[in-house]
Formats: sequence, C-alpha cells, structure tokens
Amino acid sequence: MEFKRKNKTQLLSKIATNDRHGENSPYFDGWKAYDNNPFHPTQNPNGVIQMGLAENKLCFDLIKKWIMENPDASICTAGGVDKFKDVAIFQDYHGLKEFREAIAKFMGRVRGNKVIFDANRIVMSSGATGANETIMFCLADPGDTFLVPSPYYPGFARDLRWRTGLEIVPVDCKSSNNFRITRAAMEDAYEKAQKWNLNVKGIIIANPSNPLGTTLDIATMRSLVAFVNEKNIHLVCDEIYAATVFDSPRFVSVAEVIQDMDCCNRDLIHIVYSLSKDMGIPGFRVGIVYSFNDDVMLCARKMSSFGLVSSQTQYLLASMLSDDGFVGNFLRESSKRLAKRHYVFTKGLEQVGISCLTSNAGLFFWMDMRPLLKEQSFEGEIELWRVILNEVKLNVSPGSSFQCFEPGWFRVCFANMDDETVEVALNRIRAFVLDRENQESTRSKHCWRKKHLRLSSSSTRLYDETIMSPCMISPHSPLVRAKT
Amino acid sequence: MAIEIEQPRVGLSKVAVSKTHGEDSPYFAGWKAYDENPYHETSNQSGVIQMGLAENQVSFDLLEKYLEEHSEASSWGKGAPGFRENALFQDYHGLKSFRQAMANFMEQIRGGRAKFDPDRIVLTAGATAANELLTFILADPGDALLIPTPYYPGFDRDLRWRTSVNIVPIHCDSSNNFQITPEAMEAAYQSAESMNLKVRGILITNPSNPLGATIQRSALEQILDFAVNKNIHLVSDEIYSGSTFSSSEFISIAEILETRGYKDAERVHIVYSLSKDLGLPGFRVGTIYSYNDQVVTTARRMSSFTLISSQTQHLLACMLSNKEFSENYIKTNRERLSKRYDMIIKGLKKAGIECLKGNAGLFCWMNLSPLLEKPTRESELALWKVILNEVKLNISPGSSCHCSEPGWFRVCFANMSEQTLEIALERIHKFMEQRKRN
Repeated sequence: MEFKRKNKTQLLSKIATNDRHGENSPYFDGWKAYDNNPFHPTQNPNGVIQMGLAENKLCFDLIKKWIMENPDASICTAGGVDKFKDVAIFQDYHGLKEFREAIAKFMGRVRGNKVIFDANRIVMSSGATGANETIMFCLADPGDTFLVPSPYYPGFARDLRWRTGLEIVPVDCKSSNNFRITRAAMEDAYEKAQKWNLNVKGIIIANPSNPLGTTLDIATMRSLVAFVNEKNIHLVCDEIYAATVFDSPRFVSVAEVIQDMDCCNRDLIHIVYSLSKDMGIPGFRVGIVYSFNDDVMLCARKMSSFGLVSSQTQYLLASMLSDDGFVGNFLRESSKRLAKRHYVFTKGLEQVGISCLTSNAGLFFWMDMRPLLKEQSFEGEIELWRVILNEVKLNVSPGSSFQCFEPGWFRVCFANMDDETVEVALNRIRAFVLDRENQESTRSKHCWRKKHLRLSSSSTRLYDETIMSPCMISPHSPLVRAKT
Repeated sequence: MAIEIEQPRVGLSKVAVSKTHGEDSPYFAGWKAYDENPYHETSNQSGVIQMGLAENQVSFDLLEKYLEEHSEASSWGKGAPGFRENALFQDYHGLKSFRQAMANFMEQIRGGRAKFDPDRIVLTAGATAANELLTFILADPGDALLIPTPYYPGFDRDLRWRTSVNIVPIHCDSSNNFQITPEAMEAAYQSAESMNLKVRGILITNPSNPLGATIQRSALEQILDFAVNKNIHLVSDEIYSGSTFSSSEFISIAEILETRGYKDAERVHIVYSLSKDLGLPGFRVGTIYSYNDQVVTTARRMSSFTLISSQTQHLLACMLSNKEFSENYIKTNRERLSKRYDMIIKGLKKAGIECLKGNAGLFCWMNLSPLLEKPTRESELALWKVILNEVKLNISPGSSCHCSEPGWFRVCFANMSEQTLEIALERIHKFMEQRKRN
C-alpha cells in the first residue's frame, strides 16, 4: 500500500521548528520570481535575470581544459582507476596529505606569497557554510554572541546561529565613510551587547567583503586585531573571496597582518576559506578552517567528521592545485575577466547616473539606488526592489537583507552569466532608471539629499526573526530547483 | 627580539573542551597501536593486524571494473560537457538522478519488499552527519535517546557531542542472544525518567553493529509499538543492510511499515550510507529517509552544513543506475562476505572460541568471557591489551561498545585479504594454545 502524505503533528526539537534557517522571509519572492520565470536568451528573453546569486562562472573553460588534459587525476578514468581503491577507502579526517599541501600552497599564492600556510593546520569542512558553523561550535556556547560588521552575508544568520544557539550583534558601517569598519563602531556594538547582557566571544568579518566587494585596508585590519586582543575575544576572517580581487589595493590577509604584530595573541585568530567563489566550484563542497590556535585546530578537525570533503574531490583538486602553471594562469585570467565584467557594468550604470561603491573584489557590486527611492526608508527600498524584480525582471538583492544600516543600497551579482545576458541586464537597468527618473517628482530627489538618520529602530533588528525588513536567504540558494 | 607577553588563556566553547568527542576510548587506542606498527605481508610481518575497522574491501574489483568500462559517463564524458553544471550544483535537494539511484539501490537491497520515494531522500556527508543531523531535529539539548547495547562507539560522539543530547542504554545480554526486549526498553525509559531526562526517540542499528546480526521481525514490531506507545521517534540505522549474507534475512523497518499500511510512519526515519555496503567511506555518502514531511524539509535545510560533493553524486548516480551492475554487485558482495564470515567462524571454532550467531555485517561478535580472570570490565581490558600488544591484533573490546557483559569482542574480517585473515587466525590459534598450556 502506498504511503500517503498525511502527517500527524510530531513533536520536533526547538531548532527544527524555529525560523533560524532563514528561509521564511518575504524576500523569498525574489527566488520564486526567478524560478517561475528564468531568463533564457532565446527561449525566454523576457524572463527574470538572476543577479542575486554570487557565483563565479567566468573561468570554467580553464578548469575543463585541465581536466581533459589530466585524466589520471580522476579516479574514474582508465588512467586513474588504479588509485580508486585507496582513495575510496580514505576517510581520515586529517585529509589527503597532497590535498592539504596543495590547498596551503594555493592559499599562499592567492595572498601574493606574502604568507606561508602550514599544510598541517589545514582542516576540512563541507564548504565555508560548514566551516563557519564549525568554528562557532569551537569558540562559543549557546547564548554567546559574535559581532558582525554590517552589511553582511545573509547566510551568516543561519550558519552562525541556527544549530549553535549563538546571537549576532551587527557593527554598523555607514556610507559616509564608504562602509569602513571603524573602531568607534566596534566599541559601540560591543557596549550594546554588554548592555543587553550578551557575552561577546568574537567578531567575524568577511574580507573581501560580501556584499560590498571591497578589501579591508591594513589600518582597519590592524585596528580589528588590536580590538580583539584588548577584549580578549576571537577574530574570524572569512576570506572566501580572496582570489576574486581584480584591482588595487591588493588583498591583505589577516595572516599577513599579524606577522608584523608582536602584541597579537595568535590563539585568537582564525581563517575560513573555500574554493566555491575563487574557483567557481561550489558543488564540490570544499571548505577550510585554518586556525592559529592549536586547541581550535584539533577540535575543528574532530568536528570535520561531520563534513569531510569527498576523497574523490580531494584527490582531483590535489592534482589540479599542485599544477603551478595552471594555478598561475587561472588566477591571472580570473582577475582579468572579473575586472572586465565589473568595468562593463559599473561604467554602464554610471552613464545613467547610478553610482556604485568603489570596489576591487568579489562577484558583485554595491549599487546606490537612493536617488530612485520614493521614500528614504526600508519600505521605500522594498518598494523599489519589487519593481525591479517584477517589472524590470532582475533579481537583485536589497541592502536590508544584508542588515544594511541605510536603505537604498542593492547588491548586484555579475559573474554568474554570459556576456550576452550582461548586455540584456544593463539595457534593462538603463531603461528602468531613465524611466523612473522621468516619473519621479523633484520631491523625492530632495528627500535623498537631506541628511538621513536611520528610520527603523536598530534595537529591534537583532531580535527580528519575523522580519520587518526582509532578511535575504542565502544567495547560495538551496531553493533553486534541481534541474537534473 | 620579541618579548614574550603572558596572554590570558582565551576560552573555547564547552563543546570544544568536553571529552564527548570520544577519542580517548580503547576503541581508538587500538587504532593508534595499529598506526604505529601496521602489519604488512612482506615488509612488516610481525606488525599489528587491524581488525577494529569495519571496512568492506572484498568487492573493489567490481567497482574498478565498472569504472574501466564506463569511464566516460562517470568523468563527465568526452569534452566534459556536464562538468560546469556539476561543479556549480550545490542545491541541497541533491542531484535527482543520484537520489533516484539511491532509492532504487535501497529497494534492490530489500529485494523489492519496500518502496522508496526519491523525494524523501536527504543527502548528508556520511552517516556520521546523518545521525547527528537527525538528533538536532528530533531532540533538544538535555533530552535523551534510547539505544540498545552493545552499540557503535561513534554514537557517543555523533549523537551527543554538539547536540548536548543524552544516550540512555537499553541493556541487552547474551541470555537471549542480545535481542531487544520490551522489558529492556521499558527499563531504559524508566531509567531516563528517573534522571529527569525527556526521551525523544529510540535508535536501533539493523543489522547490528557490533553484533553482526539482523533484528528479527517480531522484535522490530515490538520496537515500533514501543515508540508509538511512548509517542517518540524511531531511527533505524540500516547502513549494513546490503551486507547481510542472504537477502531474505534482512527485514527493514520500511517493510514493517508497509505491512501496517504506513500507520504511525511519521515517527520513523531511516539512515543509510554507501560506506559499508559499497566500501566507499572516503566519498562521504549518507542519507536520511524520513516518512515525516517536516523532518524531510528541515533535514534538507540542515544538510547545507554537510552536502555531498556533486562530483561524487554524479559518479555514483551513473554507477548505481546501472541495474546490471548494482544487482550483480549486491549479489556478489553478499556471497563474498558470507564466505569470509564462514572462514573466520571456522577458524575461531578450531581455536576453541565461540561467536554469536551472525548473518550480516563486516565483523563477528566473539565470546572470550571464559578467558577472563574475573567477569569485570577491567579484566576484559587487560585481556584486550594482551591481544593487542602480544598477539598483535587490534580487535574492539565490548566495553567500548557499552556492552554490559564483559568478555565480548568485535572482530572485523572484511578489511583485509584472505591471506592476512589466515595469519590473524593462526595467531589466535597459537595464543589459545598457549593459554591452554598455562
């Protein structure tokens, strides 16, 4: 007899029934809109263009070429199958030695060889998603708090909090100084947390930043290191966009900064890395925890049992990333192609008077749509977003879903489409902007020019689980329907 | 010269400093001894033979042959047309073709006696992750799961470490071949209550690790009734289901549900993996199959923390959808495991050692209680040390599996060549002869 889908209420855990997975938000509309009507250059030229997904599709040709030329790296080919047995059995949570060595070398190269990474400190995880969660489990207890500079990757709300039971307090960054993380903002957030009786265990930053697309300058990095040392709290640096830097200033990792800071307690410093963005292979689930703290490294390694990288994938990547010629060429080409894409978009928008935050990294840019808001508020931002989504048919991401302090900013991804689609997207934006400006009265332009204080109370933002301003679900949307 | 500055020790989480990761157990100490002095048939003939690792190495040739004959399909084909899509694919629903292949494979293992819907399959990086994930979903910190003893030592970490959930044992003993009884389940439940622990579920492993035996139909019915009565969940870890020596002897909880018209199914969840049946632990392929929609949805979301590499999903989708291959594999694997089992049982019998009658798994449950000085855990560990350090065999003491009766040991037989097994049996024989003489 077939199992019918009638289910009585069965009691599940609090974790299972709360909203911290982050998917129940009005923002879901953006994904649905794309899923229901996906753009295709010939079959559906009026469909929604996906610009809310931070994927890197620009360099697959280079990787494919390498795979074709190196059949032995794949244990499924006649050339490589004699390695099959050893690889298939290998489940040691230390990971394949060649894999760790290749990753350590790659990480060093991406940082301009200014730092050497120790292969024995490399710990695996299932993507950066797994790495961030693991590191939280190691550093903090349920109810503890981590500070996170805003705007920040929406997935942090789930990754850092869902199963760990932690809280997040944002460090508010503002457009008046290009969203730099200031010492004052850090202190402010720390004090706020103390006032709310929250035990702050650390601060987690993304460098390069998602959604800003900027790298942190050395002074800010040093300030962060000094701050955590003074408070005796942890600093987690999520460096997953390290190799997407396409313009100066060059990327400076926290690993490099602490080399010159004798006063830094290295036990406080931890790096999260992944190949999902830099190489564009999110499906392979390659996450890395690199901690300068021995206890954390050992603990994270034990925890990696819950999310090891498939040995088949370790083996392939060990081979690929030890190929110095390939890596060098890949990094160079990738930067070039990202730079070009970025230029095409930002210049195209400039022509219609839309400015973006000056950025030098990432797979997206941070677009300033404040002049187009009917009202300088988060409600105004959402109104504009719905128009862009439903009429212009572009799925871009509203700043409020990144907990941005100010309304009117949007993250726009540019590396997940081909050149033709770029043209179409640009044309649509251009047409929309001109149209909108014609419609708008001068009143809204004056509104934008006024100095603005935030209009929604930030003290409710932290505990806003049913969200007043939409909280974006992970751009690595699990809601994309499987096509195969 | 850098000045050494005394830094206050910065705290880690309670989870990080706890010992619940379980690595201090003799179960792992034995592995260390093996790592330091591993047996090799030519270069280290007096090394430690690893019999504490439940791996299946008897059927690799079948996998290798498949890959040699189908390398194009599995390595994305000529020109690698599927590579890009595959490398990008991180949808937590998992590759549909892979889920379909897994559902079919699970059906084949059960001789078609149960049907599996691919849309109820949630993918995780190994059964380790699946078990932890289910625990996060079914229980809150401080709650309890009931688990029949003896059980897989890894459960102590997988179910308790980061979840803060407790395990309360359901004691089973040799008087009835370690079968799970309603009385034992009730006793465990009462024990949990008396400790003020809220019981959220019962987790069974079928076929059992370390017993190497399937759970009988009547016991399964009683276990399900118990779960219904107490209104708790039932998790059935069936990762050795393809390693039963004869297809008809394994009864899945899915079959019990089928005969009951799926009444009460929404409390039942099955864990599966390819690590044992296919011998691919490195690939990290685990699944949760739940009859509860909410569990499926939540588990799927949570699987974001532990997805299976899309490269691996692709390879295995190809392999397992080849019906000819999978049918032949299941049949041949069973025959070879059965043969190995007969070999070790005969060898042990010749040495005067009895084992629990088994019909599945990659190990046998050996009774050395007659050799114990005293029927205590300490005596068992003393004997274990002798076997490890003098006989140079790494076997697993029953106490590390929380067996309440001292003197039992789990002995793995599928992770080595036949020659090595012969040598191991010779060593045991010699050891027993020596004991007799003394």
